[in-house]
Amino acid sequence: MNQKEHFRKFVYQTAFDSRTSRLNQLKAVHRWKDYLVADAYEDVALEYFAMRNSTGVFDLCPMTKHKISGPDALDYLNRLLTRDVSKLKPARVSYCVWCDDDGQVIDDGTVFHMREGEYMLCSQERQLDWLSISALGFDVTIEEVTHDIAALAVQGPTSCAILRDMGLANIEKLKPFGITWFDFEGSELMVSRTGFTGDLGYEVWIEPAKAEALWDALFAAGRIRGIRAIGTHALEMTRIEAGFIQAGVDFLPADSAVRHGRTRSPFELGLSWLVDFKKPNFTGRQALLAEKERGSRFNLVKLDIEGNKPAKDAYIYNGKNKVVGTVTSAMWSPTAKANIALASLHAPWGKPGDDLYAEIYYQRELKWNRVKARATVVEGVFFDPERRKVTPARDY
Amino acid sequence: MTSNNVIIVGGGHNGLVCAAYLAGAGHKVTVLEAASQVGGAAVTREFAPGFRVSACAHLLFMLNPEIYRDLGLEQQGFELAANDLETVSLSSTGGHLFLSGSEARGGDLGPEDVARLKKFNARMLKFAGVLRKVYTGRPPRLTSQWSELKTLGKLGLAIRGMGRDDMREFLRIAGINIYDILQEQFDSEMLKGAMAWDAVLGGHLGPRSNNSMLNYLHRLTGEVNGKRGALASVKGGMGGVTQALAKAAAAAGAQIRTSAVVSRILVENGVVTGVELENGEKLSASRVVSSADPRTTFIDLVGLRHLEAGVALQVRNIRSRGSVAKLHLALDALPKFTGLDPQALGGRILISPSMVELEQAFDFSKYGEMSESPMMEITLPTVHDPELAPGGKHVLSALVQYAPYELKQGWENGRAELLQRTMAVLERYAPGVGASVLHSEILSPADIEREFRIAGGHWHHGEFALDQFMMTRPFYGSAQYATPLPGLYLCGAGSHPGGGVMGCAGRNAAAEIIARGGAA
Amino acid sequence: MKHDAIVIGAGHNGLANAAFLAKAGMKVLVLEKNPWIGGAAVSRELHEGWIYSNCSYVCSLLRPEIYRNLNLAKHGLQVIPYGGGVTFLRNGDIMGNYIDHDVKRREIARHSKRDADAYHRFSRDVTRQCRFIRDFLLRTPPDPTSFRPRDIYELLYTMKKFLNLGERTMYETIRFYSMSVGDYLDEYFESDMVKAHFSGSGIIGTALGVYSPGTAYVLLHHYMGDIDGSAGAWGFARGGMGSVSKALAGALQEHGGEIRTDAGVDRIIVNNGRVSGVALENGDEIHADIVVSNLDPKRTFLKLFDEKDLDPRMVERARNFKIRGSSGKLNIALDGAPDFPALGENNPLRVGDMHFVDSMERLERAFDDWKNGMWSRDPYVDCLIPTLTDPTMAPPGKHFMSCFVQYVPPKVKGKDWTDEDRDAFGKVVIDQIGRYSPNFKDLILHVEVRTPRELEAEVGLTEGNIFQGELTMDQLMFNRPFPGYAQYRGPMKGMYMCGSGTHPGGGVMAAPGANAAREILADMKRTNVVPETELDD
Repeated sequence: MNQKEHFRKFVYQTAFDSRTSRLNQLKAVHRWKDYLVADAYEDVALEYFAMRNSTGVFDLCPMTKHKISGPDALDYLNRLLTRDVSKLKPARVSYCVWCDDDGQVIDDGTVFHMREGEYMLCSQERQLDWLSISALGFDVTIEEVTHDIAALAVQGPTSCAILRDMGLANIEKLKPFGITWFDFEGSELMVSRTGFTGDLGYEVWIEPAKAEALWDALFAAGRIRGIRAIGTHALEMTRIEAGFIQAGVDFLPADSAVRHGRTRSPFELGLSWLVDFKKPNFTGRQALLAEKERGSRFNLVKLDIEGNKPAKDAYIYNGKNKVVGTVTSAMWSPTAKANIALASLHAPWGKPGDDLYAEIYYQRELKWNRVKARATVVEGVFFDPERRKVTPARDY
Repeated sequence: MTSNNVIIVGGGHNGLVCAAYLAGAGHKVTVLEAASQVGGAAVTREFAPGFRVSACAHLLFMLNPEIYRDLGLEQQGFELAANDLETVSLSSTGGHLFLSGSEARGGDLGPEDVARLKKFNARMLKFAGVLRKVYTGRPPRLTSQWSELKTLGKLGLAIRGMGRDDMREFLRIAGINIYDILQEQFDSEMLKGAMAWDAVLGGHLGPRSNNSMLNYLHRLTGEVNGKRGALASVKGGMGGVTQALAKAAAAAGAQIRTSAVVSRILVENGVVTGVELENGEKLSASRVVSSADPRTTFIDLVGLRHLEAGVALQVRNIRSRGSVAKLHLALDALPKFTGLDPQALGGRILISPSMVELEQAFDFSKYGEMSESPMMEITLPTVHDPELAPGGKHVLSALVQYAPYELKQGWENGRAELLQRTMAVLERYAPGVGASVLHSEILSPADIEREFRIAGGHWHHGEFALDQFMMTRPFYGSAQYATPLPGLYLCGAGSHPGGGVMGCAGRNAAAEIIARGGAA
Repeated sequence: MKHDAIVIGAGHNGLANAAFLAKAGMKVLVLEKNPWIGGAAVSRELHEGWIYSNCSYVCSLLRPEIYRNLNLAKHGLQVIPYGGGVTFLRNGDIMGNYIDHDVKRREIARHSKRDADAYHRFSRDVTRQCRFIRDFLLRTPPDPTSFRPRDIYELLYTMKKFLNLGERTMYETIRFYSMSVGDYLDEYFESDMVKAHFSGSGIIGTALGVYSPGTAYVLLHHYMGDIDGSAGAWGFARGGMGSVSKALAGALQEHGGEIRTDAGVDRIIVNNGRVSGVALENGDEIHADIVVSNLDPKRTFLKLFDEKDLDPRMVERARNFKIRGSSGKLNIALDGAPDFPALGENNPLRVGDMHFVDSMERLERAFDDWKNGMWSRDPYVDCLIPTLTDPTMAPPGKHFMSCFVQYVPPKVKGKDWTDEDRDAFGKVVIDQIGRYSPNFKDLILHVEVRTPRELEAEVGLTEGNIFQGELTMDQLMFNRPFPGYAQYRGPMKGMYMCGSGTHPGGGVMAAPGANAAREILADMKRTNVVPETELDD
């Protein structure tokens, strides 16, 4: 197709489309950047339990990916990201956020230190504009490679076994946040022990031409280990259980904020551990230092809410019936058997032991009800299986 | 490292003023000037054996009187060669127009315009007076803090204090272009052409560009010997100003080093710690004050990587496309301008016969082309100050517009052509001038950039416009002289209140540093 | 019969003003010199079977609050969105502004990958400015020289809104209002084509070039339509722009207002320092204590008043009012839909606006021509085929094309326009479009070329300025139309202004008419019926 005629196709199919569309019974999809991705293939609950019990495979192709290289790559990333990238060794991955000059989070993502001096930054939102602005004064090459790399998240207790059975020798020795490479039909297959589910899991990366073959090999190896394609709805459940935040849901990306004061700093998202003030300069440092002295405006907290009515979109009140914040993500956790939520509360609210209530609206057979349920601030994540960290990973 | 150890990068007039005030307040100050003499762009240079000339600006009209007095410049040898210079605006037909403050005669001037000019000039001086009130202080930040709002309140009161009619008129015209205003006010094309010159000199704008009115008022904030809007010629050229300033700074205790080229402003752990010279020498200081333009300061000396990304973007976005070239001629004899009494050669001579021609000259520069028929401001400094040239010989100094920094053909190719076009214009008004030229030199914005280390060759270190004015000059976050980089300050024309040999930026920066006490 | 108020001119603002006055219970008479109503918001059958929106051609700024309050839907107004826009490039390519955000992004990315992502930042920043200014459209500007409580209240309101932007955006706002659209776009985009595409909306109706400081904010006129959010805020009035006027007239008549056409006003009668009515061109006098002029300020004060009735300073202000026309218009009846091969088959952009200038330099040079008293030899044309969207304006399969042209001077080299000038100008535009559409010229059945001369003669817009006065800082907000007269009141009791020459200016917005009505009702001590801005948090 003539490049100019791209308008004839509003959305792209991912490199796995021939496989995923066959499995997608519900044809329920939504747009993620250039692509269509499945909400669910057959049943959300089955897909969720696949990730907690066997293995779920999520098509990650639409994830925005940038390759960053050049003599100043490390210095550049250290100025861009709030954490110290010089501590990130080759073949390691790290979770990260980046801020604007006001110390407000633009996006979160993962930075891969592939080979020495070669990095890949993955994020939900597009970042080329900000990455280019950040490159002023650096000798660095930034390549947007979203469409050049096909990726899958292979997540769940049997995921290691499946990859091993697929022929990825010694995959069990890969530590969390580690990267390793294999040959796959003459192409380089990159495997990282990363994911969005808070469980044992991997992400696999390959050139799009080999995507279908990879899928087939994976599903052939996984047949006897309960492998299943999963959609975003199920993934969403696992990430809330894992306590991960999502751009556009739990915080507003600073580069999208039209209204003043709607964005959040890393401190306000519970990510102070990602901010390394020992670095002499990174974008947002001065504002964050000032915030540290002055105090933050918000706290993002995990809540365990009384009862079993999911607190989606709920207001949070204090004991004096004053609104102190809102829920950003909420669900009934089938694994923890708990009514869990992430909520953004005005400071100083959000300390363990605070007297808080969620105002929940729910509907039963078209009848709406309202409850005010006690909400308890939880430290630590809702579901944190040991297998997430154990190396060598076993066949769970 | 002592806490009051200050290095000033650049010994231009603002750097020297800043040094003098800081040293006077007990700071240990070192001024580092790259050239072999102080002065920056306010210097006198020998461009041909025995011929000396002010290298950039050639007239004095904005030097702040408080600085003059505080630093005792008179005692330091500062002397005017001539004051109250008359402006002659040349007509190709010989009916020249003479202009001095609110007095005008000749040209195509009718009696109504003469009367209108008096009224207009008085009003403009009043409006410029409003700007003067905020020029001697630090620009406010736009926060709801009282200390910041105070300055804005002061500006508001100054505007209100003019009375309702003047306030309305000020708010009407301050943001627009001089073309429309002069069209409303005057009939004489020559008068309008001459007045419009003052509104566009040094900038990348034409008379029809909004911001030209602001530039016009800016110029009128100046005074010489208590006379607002007057023009003066400095004895020994503009270097006379900076030589006196250097003496004043030295007298106050500042150390001045020339031929000391700063190659880097040193940043350690996010804090400025000193500078490194081209010869590798490192000097430490708790504060570095740069009188270089902001782009040079941040891009070349600091390095954008030491700034946060948003600040780096702001630096990149500073508009500083120089548009003025400088012509220097060593002459065998005084030029003979057709129809001009030689008496008038001591004044300022303009070739800007109408706003339309001035605007058309500007149009070329928008596309990276030099004006087909450049406009210019000419002085013959040797008329009042014969020592600038060997006996009986003369110097012609002219500001030539428009010569865009980003010339499509490049300045290496364009310089000779600009000289040729400029000489052709001169020859039209002063037939035979070419024959008396002993030596000529034309400095393009690219030359000015290289020679005076001003990015873009922009005399004002950045376009003077509402988007780069007061709290957005050079950009917000650095408008209060302190920069986002702890320990680094700006004190040049790129900062409030902007260009012109005024000294206010240097003085305001010093005041800010003094007010901050020990804190970097 | 004595009327409570006379409105001179049945343009959309005059009608909106009258409708609100009538709604508040006043007896209102609208006088229109033409045999039709609408001013510059008209649908006219100038070629048999074809309805032309022969002046204004899109409906983007009409305040939804007014639309709703006057029940314009009931009176037949429907606004139909249209799709995107395209700039044709000389190299045969296009730069398309597709409606779908991802398709648009990929299209920009064809020209610059970086610019595609920068568009996100650009639209965020322009949206911030839209949101800021929107709250002031249905408010009367304060007089900064006044100490009256309402002026001080309004000033404080403005300050509060400004402070709410946050420090960084406050500085950006100052910059936005003072920069040129060219410099502003430089801060976002690297591709000249991309910049040329987006800067067009910074010069529409404006006697300034893309590099003239003060053009960045003109972008708002384009983006404001989007910010109002709800679908249909931005598009064609079904049946042509006359539908807007017709609906406003319907609202007026519903409330008992009266419209008289073919009733040109000769002058406003002043008695004992206050207005007492108007004298028509036919000699009739009609009396009313309130006279509202929908005419531009120059016409109002220099033509409708006897100079002796005005303070000489008022006359001077009116004389100095800047109202240079800079736009022209071609209205074309087409035998079929023209092909634009560069678009390719069935490109959704063919129903959008089309432009033919692909570089900033070409845009700026178009302005240089205007400065030199000529129409642009290579003009910026905003070309639309409303009939691809609206089935009511031409016979099936036939089309109406509206070409708005920038720049066209009010006089040609200082002389009045001649028919030859007009035709030569028309040819430039047709040739430019013809370069991108091989069958275009053959499809032409009828062309109406409108230069500032025609706009002035027919619509009554002095010098053909479509905004009833230039939108530069000296004529905006509390300076519009004149400092001290920005609150819709004229220089004497009973006299008001309600045209685009008053705040918030031009565009088929109806806000000036509504704001003037609010002031009149306040002076009459009547209950206000004019809606306030629907605020968003």
